[in-house]
Amino acid sequence: MGSTFLAAVGRMAVCGGTHGNELSGVYVVREMERQRKVKGDGVWPIPVTTVLSNPRAVKECRRYTDTDMNRCFSSVILSSPITDSSPYEVRRAQELNTMLGPKGSADAIDMICDLHNTTSNMGLTLIHYNTNDWMTLHICKYLQTKITQVPVRVVMLDIPISDAYSLESVSKHGFSIEVGPQPHGVIRADIYNIMKEGVDVTLEWIRKFNSGTVFEGGEMEVFMFQSSIDYPRDPETQELNAAIHPQLQDRDFCLLKKGDPVFLSFSGETLKYEEEEPRHPFFINECAYYEKGIAFHLAKKVMLPIPTVQVKKD
Amino acid sequence: MSSRCNISGLQEAKRVAIFGGTHGNEMSGIMLVNMWINNAAEIERNGLVTKPFISNPRAVEKCTRYIDTDLNRAFTPENLSAPDVEGLQYEVQRAKEISQMFGPKGSPGAYDVIFDLHNTTSNMGSTLILESSTDLFNLQMVNYIKTSTQHLNTLAKVFPCNKKIKKAMAPHTCPVLLNENPHLKYSTTRSVAKHPIGLEVGPQPQGVLRSNVFESMRTILKHALDFLEIFNSGVEFPPCTVEVFRAHERMDYPRDTNGNITAMVHPHLQDCDWEPLNRGDPMFLTFDGRTILYEGASTVYPTFINEAAYYEKQQAFMTTCREILAANAIRKTVKVKS
Repeated sequence: MGSTFLAAVGRMAVCGGTHGNELSGVYVVREMERQRKVKGDGVWPIPVTTVLSNPRAVKECRRYTDTDMNRCFSSVILSSPITDSSPYEVRRAQELNTMLGPKGSADAIDMICDLHNTTSNMGLTLIHYNTNDWMTLHICKYLQTKITQVPVRVVMLDIPISDAYSLESVSKHGFSIEVGPQPHGVIRADIYNIMKEGVDVTLEWIRKFNSGTVFEGGEMEVFMFQSSIDYPRDPETQELNAAIHPQLQDRDFCLLKKGDPVFLSFSGETLKYEEEEPRHPFFINECAYYEKGIAFHLAKKVMLPIPTVQVKKD
Repeated sequence: MSSRCNISGLQEAKRVAIFGGTHGNEMSGIMLVNMWINNAAEIERNGLVTKPFISNPRAVEKCTRYIDTDLNRAFTPENLSAPDVEGLQYEVQRAKEISQMFGPKGSPGAYDVIFDLHNTTSNMGSTLILESSTDLFNLQMVNYIKTSTQHLNTLAKVFPCNKKIKKAMAPHTCPVLLNENPHLKYSTTRSVAKHPIGLEVGPQPQGVLRSNVFESMRTILKHALDFLEIFNSGVEFPPCTVEVFRAHERMDYPRDTNGNITAMVHPHLQDCDWEPLNRGDPMFLTFDGRTILYEGASTVYPTFINEAAYYEKQQAFMTTCREILAANAIRKTVKVKS
């Protein structure tokens, strides 16, 4: 197969604190800013904009102040008029869109790498929108060869870019790096180191790619988001009356088959997976998803052929 | 060999409370208490009345630790005697209400026992927290709980500390933290009772409900209530010894002049609650990869390692010293009709 030629990565942004209590990204961004002060801009292969996305939430060590900012980047919300009663995060999302976008335009930054943590046992997971963008998949493939302490996987969301609601969709080739498990409001050294390495290896890929390295294609295992499952709830109070079953807890990306245990009710009853199609659960028991009515997401594992890529020379 | 004179006669424990939601994002206690408010069958025992109670309902509703101030630090004499005025912090108002309902502390009408249910992001297993080394009743209850659970492999135990090269001590079933240190002691919600006991089970992220943690807490309470029922029935508990970890010192993160932390708990200390920490052992790791060592003179046993809620309280971990406490035999005093 011949190479697919892609434009060089000109500028990128590394964003932390999109959720103010997901601390690895906050401290990676701070550490990168310190390195820039000490070593100058040449410390990275290309210009890197470091961003603390939601400074108010970071200061309060909360996910958000008014509304989840990582749901504010759809084209509709980005173009909505700002009034006095607009939530802080909507204003800030529009500011970030001006700074790093505008989304969908030729001026948008080439790449946003948005850093997140999860309470789920997801190792290092790249998350991105399905845009036939080989770059993210190649970065994932490269990360898999360099990062060995935890599994490295990629999740794809099949949502058109205009509807895509998260920060990285502002850029031309954006993705999130999600590392867990880590409680919100806590910084674990092992998780921080994985996140830092994720960013450093991404920059290394960019350096190699921009300087002409050919990255071989092949088949990549990709998890395509399908659906979500909520907790069982008391019909009157809507309160949870079961927890993720101990045999499912911490087993993100395992294969869930019909009849497998998923919930253990407070009264001791095991609730089982009822669907015919086996699926791969992820974001199992993510703290922030209780209020969104999500116990876990389900994905279909797909083998995606990706082409060999190299930089387009002018 | 017990001498008949060394049996301490103690009052029976008739009024018992189980507090959940003292911190509104510590989910095990909240779900257990709500469950028991709906159906108290599981916590019923002969000879005692057990009241399940949500201490900080507004914080629970928002799934946050507290609204204005930490309820579990609010039971100071100053707060409890504060006049009812506009603008009183929510938790101070709540502390006064709780003190009225379940205390006041030191009065004959105070509840006999309060169990206060907490979760921690630290790898502390199922820790029991005591505030006094001379409360025989509590020491005997804790001994009963530890003995009843030592063979259970389903209880939330301290996870193996896999960074240590040396063989770790056998996993503790219920480590006991004794916080009697006047510099570290704080005015807890449960302190209004005659016999306060804290249950701290982790690791569990704030706002998350883990099944194994929930079930461990439930099991401990089952044994605790069994103890109360047995004690109230007149059974004598023989003298015992209890291994405790006495709170010694609070260790903060290294910080810069702006108060921001400049290092993280070192991977070799992370998750190693209750394991010995010696001079020269790694303690913190800076963001640019430099190791900071523990310099203390003697072996300590760290706990509350990397608890989310303690960043703002300037605590990365707490050091403790291991001690064996002895407790007399105890038996319920029989009322003599005059």
